[in-house]
Amino acid sequence: MKKMKLYIDNNEVEVMEGTTILEAAQGLNITIPTLCHHEDLCIAGNCRVCVVEVEGSEMLSAACATPVSTGMRIKTNSLKVRDSRRTIIDMLLSEHAGECVTCQRSGNCELQTLAVLYGSPDNHLMDISIKTEPDRSSSSIIKDDSKCIKCQRCVRTCQEIQKIGALTMSGKGEHAKVSTFFELPLNTVVCTNCGQCVIRCPTGALVERTYIDEVWDVIGNSDVHTVVQTAPAVRVGLGEALGHDAGGRFTGQMVSALRKLGFDAVFDTNFTADLTIIEEGSELLNRLTNVIKGSGEALLPMFTSCSPGWIKFIEHQFPHLLGHLSTCKSPQQMFGALAKTRWSEKAQIEPEKISSISIMPCTAKKFEAARPEMNDSGYRDVDYVLTTRELAKMIKQAGIDFDKLDESECDSLLGKHSGAAVIFGATGGVMEAAIRTVYELVTGRPVPFENLNITAVRGMEGIREATLRIEGTVEKYNFLEGVELKVAVAHGLKNANAIMELVSQGSAPWHFVEVMACPGGCLSGGGQPIPTSPEIREARARAIYEEDESLPIRKSHENPEITRIYEEFLTDGPCGHKSHHLLHTHYTPRR
Amino acid sequence: MTRERISKMQEKVNLIFSECDSMELLEQALKVEPQQILKMLLTSSLRGRGGAGFLTSLKWKFASEADGNRKFVVANADEGEPGTFKDREILDKVPCKVLAGMAICAHTIGAREGYIYLRGEYNYMKKSLQQKLDEFNDKIKNMLDFTISIKSGSGAYVCGEETALIESMEGKRGEPRNKPPYPVTEGYLGFPTVVNNVETLVYVAMIMKHGAAHFASLGTEKSKGAKVFSVSGDTPIPGIYELEMGMNLAEFVELFGDGDTKAVQVGGASGFCVPRRKFAETIIGFEGIPTGGSMMLFNSSRSMYNVLHNYLEFFCEESCGQCTPCRVGCQQLRNGIEAVKQRKLPPSHLDVLSKMTRTMKIASKCGLGQSVPNSFNSIVTSFKEEIIY
Repeated sequence: MKKMKLYIDNNEVEVMEGTTILEAAQGLNITIPTLCHHEDLCIAGNCRVCVVEVEGSEMLSAACATPVSTGMRIKTNSLKVRDSRRTIIDMLLSEHAGECVTCQRSGNCELQTLAVLYGSPDNHLMDISIKTEPDRSSSSIIKDDSKCIKCQRCVRTCQEIQKIGALTMSGKGEHAKVSTFFELPLNTVVCTNCGQCVIRCPTGALVERTYIDEVWDVIGNSDVHTVVQTAPAVRVGLGEALGHDAGGRFTGQMVSALRKLGFDAVFDTNFTADLTIIEEGSELLNRLTNVIKGSGEALLPMFTSCSPGWIKFIEHQFPHLLGHLSTCKSPQQMFGALAKTRWSEKAQIEPEKISSISIMPCTAKKFEAARPEMNDSGYRDVDYVLTTRELAKMIKQAGIDFDKLDESECDSLLGKHSGAAVIFGATGGVMEAAIRTVYELVTGRPVPFENLNITAVRGMEGIREATLRIEGTVEKYNFLEGVELKVAVAHGLKNANAIMELVSQGSAPWHFVEVMACPGGCLSGGGQPIPTSPEIREARARAIYEEDESLPIRKSHENPEITRIYEEFLTDGPCGHKSHHLLHTHYTPRR
Repeated sequence: MTRERISKMQEKVNLIFSECDSMELLEQALKVEPQQILKMLLTSSLRGRGGAGFLTSLKWKFASEADGNRKFVVANADEGEPGTFKDREILDKVPCKVLAGMAICAHTIGAREGYIYLRGEYNYMKKSLQQKLDEFNDKIKNMLDFTISIKSGSGAYVCGEETALIESMEGKRGEPRNKPPYPVTEGYLGFPTVVNNVETLVYVAMIMKHGAAHFASLGTEKSKGAKVFSVSGDTPIPGIYELEMGMNLAEFVELFGDGDTKAVQVGGASGFCVPRRKFAETIIGFEGIPTGGSMMLFNSSRSMYNVLHNYLEFFCEESCGQCTPCRVGCQQLRNGIEAVKQRKLPPSHLDVLSKMTRTMKIASKCGLGQSVPNSFNSIVTSFKEEIIY
């Protein structure tokens, strides 16, 4: 690799060979507007918003797609560049059904921002947008082709990050569009509802299906008792949607805001994350017992089951491996089932009068809540799922000055949680939480890592592996003495796919595998604030681990409300009859 | 009279369709060192005959210098420009010359694999072409480590653009790539690839046979050699003609017109429309208007609005749709002239469109979007009243 010297707007800069004009300009703090470009995705060079002038060439060059060469002289703000940039933005606006006043993305729309900054005050191009009925078939995502500007970020996301290919381009010329297989409705194709396309769409062409009005309705109905839960990743994302930089933690303010919004009981999904660890940990030990002691058959590795995008992925792509999935419901669904049983009993409120609402960093959770299997309380376990973005919008709608809120704590019974639960929000977190508990259960000692931080399973590498030798076991688990517990963590479905290929071939060495559908885990789920980038994900992950370290309880089994629920409610213990009925489920192969 | 003149002009050139033993030609050509071949091509000044006119010697030189475990030669037979039909004739009449040209290229750049990218609409000739190919592959076995196969297109115009063609060959959507890198360094499957028009390859073979000097003696200073023209439209003698480069349009119309020619579209839908008053000053060639061979004549019975609308309709359909200037620009142009014609927008809207084409020309991703403005601007400039009224 050699260094190359070039000039951008008369500023000299030296960069490595292979650097693009855009990157070189960024190094000089020169902003070149982009649209189809996204840090997480391959270069497309198709929107042409980033065109710049290269001396000696009649043609403009797309800054995002053009590698630099020695001696290049580039103008990013010449008459020619400004004229084309404006024309291109005007062109995009002419094919975009701009319904800014009703659009969910208004105020956070990249096209809108560009239009305001660079577009014509008076666009003379004809309106060639075609208003089509949005695809509202999915319970998670709405696809509105009339707002699509064909940047193909969603197609690249679905293909490159998730390796799903639910979205692809069809047609050419004026008929080019982002399509599903044979134009089938989203709810009938292999879409996992992960929403990674939603958080990378620059416009309102892909948005979550929103339930804000429904939730306001139940909050406003005095006959309904509203119970709300918030997932771990929401607290480290919410701030961004309310004007803060990425990486802030807002647990206490979030709880106060939920009370102010009018929810009757404010709980925490973290509680059922701790419960998941107990149930899933027990299930893992049961499977290990069966396999190692040879007393029965059990499928290993066992996969985590918290991520509903991952669940639907495996139902579609690897249905023959469904038996490897933990039967545990996700924390959201465990919570839903308990809200209408345990809380109903304690609070003496009829379950039919309870509306169970969850705030999730996820679009797939909306689909999960609507699954027919998720009615074990006798009612729909979770009635409405809102994303972090929707919660932020409700806070704004209610006129709450978020920054001035005092911190407060969740209600008790289903509200207390450990640091182990918080880290569910980051890739590797479920694994780390599980190891903290399982290791201690088996050996009677805490995990042998400084400050309980199992750094081997942390980080942003796509697939991470770790081995933990089990020594000094308590009597019940003597059969595990000397066993090397092998685990793997994957995030993003492309990585999940790689794992599954190995499992499918029978060459996977692991006992336990955590998979999260979204890159970075829930902290960058499809329901989190837009945008996402490697830096934003890093910042949210840091916040998650800080939150863990800040809590007095760091292990799920030390959560007193967990102890209590097994004493008072799930009296036949982890993986017992009652927990099986309420907290475990089954999965269905899908075409 | 006219026919005799044309015959004489063709006889003077007579390269493409001349009878020749391709195998013998190839045997001789393969004895020539690659460096020498590059030199000959440079002397001949042969430029790509698909329309863009890139120097063949340079293209081959880049590919020969590029590193790659594999290299490819691709004959671009995706002849899709409205009004061209010469490659079909070449493949039909002298396929072995095309194959010889490919083999010479392989020898020069060090390729062992070649493909003919055959336009979807030409699939009817695939069987006979394959037969010729099998014989050829068999015959050159002992001369050169090189095998040619056919890949079929699916009817997209944009796949004539070399990087879209390569994408299509790889089984992907036919969408042009970002350049650089160019195919000569990263082409098919990421390996150095020369994509040449069918006609270009035949000229290479003919230059090897008759010498670079002979080729360079034809045509003009800037447009050396000859060219195969597809003549269509309002002409009594439509067809394929191989003629010297550099003729002016007045001479051309005199030969091929019906006596009432009001305009000639040079270079197909992506080319330029020349009105009668400019015939004398317009040279067919790189110093004037270059063409991939399409020459469409229109007489005074034709509505130039309809002609333009037809082209724009074509482009709206055949743009790949990935880049904004081309996808949106084509629709703006078509819808725009419709609106002006129907008095829904004032004639001044044509100025808005013309201004917009500046961006299409310099900011589109590939040659398709970059050349759509050619027909629009040339027709609107010369026949404004036909567009408006």
